[in-house]
Amino acid sequence: MTELPILDITIFLPLLGAVVLGFVPREREASLKWGAVGVTLATFVLSLWILLDFDPGSAAFQMVSEVSWIPEWGISYITGIDGISLWMVMLTTFLMPLAVLASWSITTRVKPYFVFLLVLETGMIGVFCALDLFLFYLFWEVTLIPMYFLIGMWGYGRRIYAAMKFFLFTLAGSLLMLVAILFLYFAPGGDPTFDYRELLGTSFALDVQRLLFLGFFASFAVKVPLVPLHTWLPDAHTEAPTAGSVVLAAVMLKMGAYGLLRFAIPLFPDAARNLAPLVIALSIVGIVYGAAVAMMQKDLKRLIAYSSVAHLGFVTLGIFVGSATAMNGGILQMVNHGLSTGALFMLVGALYERRHTRLIADFGGLSATVPVLSGLFLFVALSSIGLPGLNGFVGEFLILLGTFLVYEWWVVPAAFGIVLAAVYLLWAYQRVFHGPVTIEENHSLRDLGPRELVMLAPVLVLIVAIGVYPKPFLDRIGPSAEKVTHQLRESSVLPGTPGVADADADAAGEGEAP
Amino acid sequence: MELIPGNDVKTLATSAIYFPLITAFLLLVLGGRLESSPIGKRVRGWTGWLASLAMVRAFASAVILFMEIVGRPEHRRTVSIHLFDWIEVPGLAAGFDLLIDPLSVVMLLVVTGVGALIHIYSIGYMRGDDRFARFFGYLNLFAAAMLVLVLADNLLLLYLGWEGVGLCSYLLIGFWFDRPSAANAAKKAFIVNRIGDFAFLLGIFLLASAAGSLTLGQVNASAGALGAGVATTVSLLLFAGATGKSAQIPLYVWLPDAMEGPTPVSALIHAATMVTAGVYMVARLSPVFEAGDALIVVGWIGALTALWAAVIAATEYDIKKVLAYSTVSQLGYMFIAHGVHAYSAGVFHLVTHAFFKALMFLGAGAVMHALAGETDMRKMGGLRKVMPVTGWTFMAGWLAICGVIPFAGFFSKDAILASAWEQGRYDLWAIGVVTALLTAFYMSRMYFRVFEGRVKLPEGVHVHDAPPTMAVALVPLAGLAIVGGAINLPGLLTLEHFLEPVLGAAHVPEGLVAWVLGGVALFVAATGILVARALYGSRAGSVRRRTLYARAPWLVDAARNKFYVDELYGRTIVGPGKRVAAFATDVVDARLVDGFIVGTGRTVATVAERFRRFQTGYVRSYAAVFLFGVVLILSVLVVRVS
Amino acid sequence: MNSVGPGYYLVLATLMFTVGVVGALVRRNAIVIFMFIELMLNAVNLAFVTFARMHGEIVGQVLVFFVLVVAAAEVVVGLAIILVIFRHRASANVDEMNLLKW
Repeated sequence: MTELPILDITIFLPLLGAVVLGFVPREREASLKWGAVGVTLATFVLSLWILLDFDPGSAAFQMVSEVSWIPEWGISYITGIDGISLWMVMLTTFLMPLAVLASWSITTRVKPYFVFLLVLETGMIGVFCALDLFLFYLFWEVTLIPMYFLIGMWGYGRRIYAAMKFFLFTLAGSLLMLVAILFLYFAPGGDPTFDYRELLGTSFALDVQRLLFLGFFASFAVKVPLVPLHTWLPDAHTEAPTAGSVVLAAVMLKMGAYGLLRFAIPLFPDAARNLAPLVIALSIVGIVYGAAVAMMQKDLKRLIAYSSVAHLGFVTLGIFVGSATAMNGGILQMVNHGLSTGALFMLVGALYERRHTRLIADFGGLSATVPVLSGLFLFVALSSIGLPGLNGFVGEFLILLGTFLVYEWWVVPAAFGIVLAAVYLLWAYQRVFHGPVTIEENHSLRDLGPRELVMLAPVLVLIVAIGVYPKPFLDRIGPSAEKVTHQLRESSVLPGTPGVADADADAAGEGEAP
Repeated sequence: MELIPGNDVKTLATSAIYFPLITAFLLLVLGGRLESSPIGKRVRGWTGWLASLAMVRAFASAVILFMEIVGRPEHRRTVSIHLFDWIEVPGLAAGFDLLIDPLSVVMLLVVTGVGALIHIYSIGYMRGDDRFARFFGYLNLFAAAMLVLVLADNLLLLYLGWEGVGLCSYLLIGFWFDRPSAANAAKKAFIVNRIGDFAFLLGIFLLASAAGSLTLGQVNASAGALGAGVATTVSLLLFAGATGKSAQIPLYVWLPDAMEGPTPVSALIHAATMVTAGVYMVARLSPVFEAGDALIVVGWIGALTALWAAVIAATEYDIKKVLAYSTVSQLGYMFIAHGVHAYSAGVFHLVTHAFFKALMFLGAGAVMHALAGETDMRKMGGLRKVMPVTGWTFMAGWLAICGVIPFAGFFSKDAILASAWEQGRYDLWAIGVVTALLTAFYMSRMYFRVFEGRVKLPEGVHVHDAPPTMAVALVPLAGLAIVGGAINLPGLLTLEHFLEPVLGAAHVPEGLVAWVLGGVALFVAATGILVARALYGSRAGSVRRRTLYARAPWLVDAARNKFYVDELYGRTIVGPGKRVAAFATDVVDARLVDGFIVGTGRTVATVAERFRRFQTGYVRSYAAVFLFGVVLILSVLVVRVS
Repeated sequence: MNSVGPGYYLVLATLMFTVGVVGALVRRNAIVIFMFIELMLNAVNLAFVTFARMHGEIVGQVLVFFVLVVAAAEVVVGLAIILVIFRHRASANVDEMNLLKW
């Protein structure tokens, strides 16, 4: 409708903001902080415009802008969104102001911190909007560097180790993706191109597809992360500053799942279908394994990090199971996880600012001293363990229902993950917030202040809103989810691939469960 | 006189939910702030009244709704109300839809009625507590969730209420969270219930895929088409959820621990309402249960639980725990009723049980309130003399649960036993009779120890009877415990007949058999009371108790230790589970997975360490290597060319 | 004149190159090594010119100019470095210059 390339402005506004912040003298910390708040808020407002302009009924890319960039090499600047990327963009722009607010306690090297944060935002939004593989790869790598510095310079404890681990894992994955992208670039008959929409039309033999799929998959699986490629996550999460953890968990992990949805499945549907059982198995292992390991953590942030492994297991399960129901749930769950885990990290960050420790054993009985914080923590934890009426349930229910329709038995361990989630979160909650106050410092803690409440309130509202009335979200996800499911399911028939059947349709099939 | 159809029912039903929900929201968000404000001391009492008022208002809605439904012809008593969409994907739509029919109206009345009384009682009971407002916020939230559960028109919304009441149960059990035992009990309750809910959820999946809908009406209508295998599986899965919520074997272990919560909570949630959710659910989905063979399991689990919990209750000294095990046992009774297809009898017992068990819990609460929180019945005695209101009302509850005619429990219990007999399930009938004997025994044991005999108090306690706000709840409940059986008096107002459109006709024996069965029930009740009196209500009791104990010390000791079930679960599930998790964490994750990654990095570093020694820094050695390389490459080229 | 065929030039170039290689490897004085490198370069130049002549092509001769230019540049930079090192250490022995190592 609008002639204004609103999407592209949204992508680059944070970058512009970063440049402007670069000219602010570094002593003026307050201006820097409020400047960052202003830029991220403005970006969010712009993205609301996108949301309003978005046509919910369509699965096609919308607001596409296409500019030839390096025509000699077939590189163009192409951006556009569909129902999947819409919510990812919204999630990013929604959480960034909150992440900035969560950074108030940053006192060293304030200027580069916020500059990095803003560059990161451009990178992330770009990843979700890019429709040119070269551009996508560019944005993908752009996100890597600011995050590396955020962890390495403003992190805690073993931050250098964590930052390096994060960097090496991600880079190793994305190099394999680069190889696959280049192969795609040279492969099709006509002019070499990076244009995603053109590449969608190419088809390869299964063997080739499988290799290419695995190339992309390597990059995305590290990012998601799928077990056993997850070990960078606890370290990175734990050592990152609060905003870093929030962004990492809420948005950057979604980049992996998004990549699977946008590239790995549509470009190589046969391979995706062929390898789906593998991905599903890894997802289910991740759900149970992540929960089991989370249970035993002594550090709150590590616990939440492992819970992310479990939750993202649900997301990939939903994506690969091959049922539109589960696909809807998986995409919604990406948003849900961003909200609830983001909020959890903010709350743990608030605890850290007060006590300068994240060890569960250093707390106890906090419900008495900080009732508001403990109440909100429980609220968010409940959303994370999928209490009906809050957002987590809607996603998990759809994923599990969809899984059940396709693979009856596999839903059992996956659903058991919900029980385990209750175990590890409530156990941790009990150790931190219940019982008597045993440590002297815990008596005199401040409860949440106005800034922190302002930062959390929008998330809490959304948690309830999605839990009670997910329709606006599901309506917009629906067509795109349907499309990807179709691509995954209707790929050319391969003999000997079990499972991914057209199960949504024949719901009344044989239901010989336990 | 008929009101505007549909529309007005909608207002009534939704207002019953919205009032407690809105007050819960207000109290939870603003309550804490209000209490810590300067005027907090003066206004905090009002928060309790506000919450109670919301419940009274909900009860008023329920009563009007009931009148409205009763006033309608039978076929027009079922109303579905669509509020708004919830989860909607291709092939499945579940909205916020309410179902008003005789069964849900009965539940609505019980929940709001008993709930309102307990709210008022709590104003007195919780007076001295910090976080007064929060307590009432939780209570109201519970009421709202419970109403969603009983009014839900589809299984998914029912599940929302189901988990919602579980959450409130968690919050309220752990209300005194600074006590580690309370915090543990709360967590245990939630997790044990989650295990049940896990099965429940699987049942929902199976039902959704097999029946293609989650709406109760459609599910029940298509129950016959499911096929016996699917129906049985679905029923068993759903019933597994019920064993969690309604505290049946094997998941009953959380309920006795839940007594860590404030006593009004035990009365409302863990006696009258939430724990009956499973009973309600099975009755609600009775066509599905009827379509398969699951009812055999339901009946047997109910019977075994009834007996098992009654034995434990007979050896327990903590008055609240006696009541808790008694609740478990009575819930088992309700499942016996379902097991013999007598759903309305089960619901009938659910209703009367809500009256007398809530009454006894509130009475026990009044005792604890008077005795500075003491719960050990060995330290009490003769309390009826010093706290008459509590004593007399408790007596009504006691006689009701024992099954003495004409108290409420007699009729409902008799209805269950008679139905079992009528269905030819003499095994279940026999267990029910033995349980009735044990019930009369342990309840009388408690009653005699606490309220009769010499006045005996814990040291340094100044005893007082229940304050007016508490008494005001005890008296109506006592009245209901006495006459509550009348709601199902044959030929008069019959609950069974009212529920018939939903639950089907009841089959009870008539004529001589009915009289004989009633006589047997009365006889065992009297026996139980007399035995208890001989052991606990007389001077020679302690000697008799000792001789009796000497007969089978192992049995008594085992029962006193709750048959070591908690220990068994600890050894077989919790312990190994933790060990597996620790293994996954310390060995698999830290050593294997991360070890492999870090190991790869280290290997690269080690190899590089070796290779860098080649960089000697001597130009001439570099040159020599250079020359060697050139010669090598050239010779390869020469050989290949020629 | 005809008796001196291209073969002679090539042999000479080879000899020059070999002398250069051996010298560069065995000598230690940086300046001397430098001169041997120049010798190698010029051996190659000679070979280029010879081949250009043999094949009647101009390319070889063009390349010689490139080599000359590069060699001149190299001499400039290299000598400057050696001079600085010499000032610093009072020696041009390459075996004493082994700082750039692991």
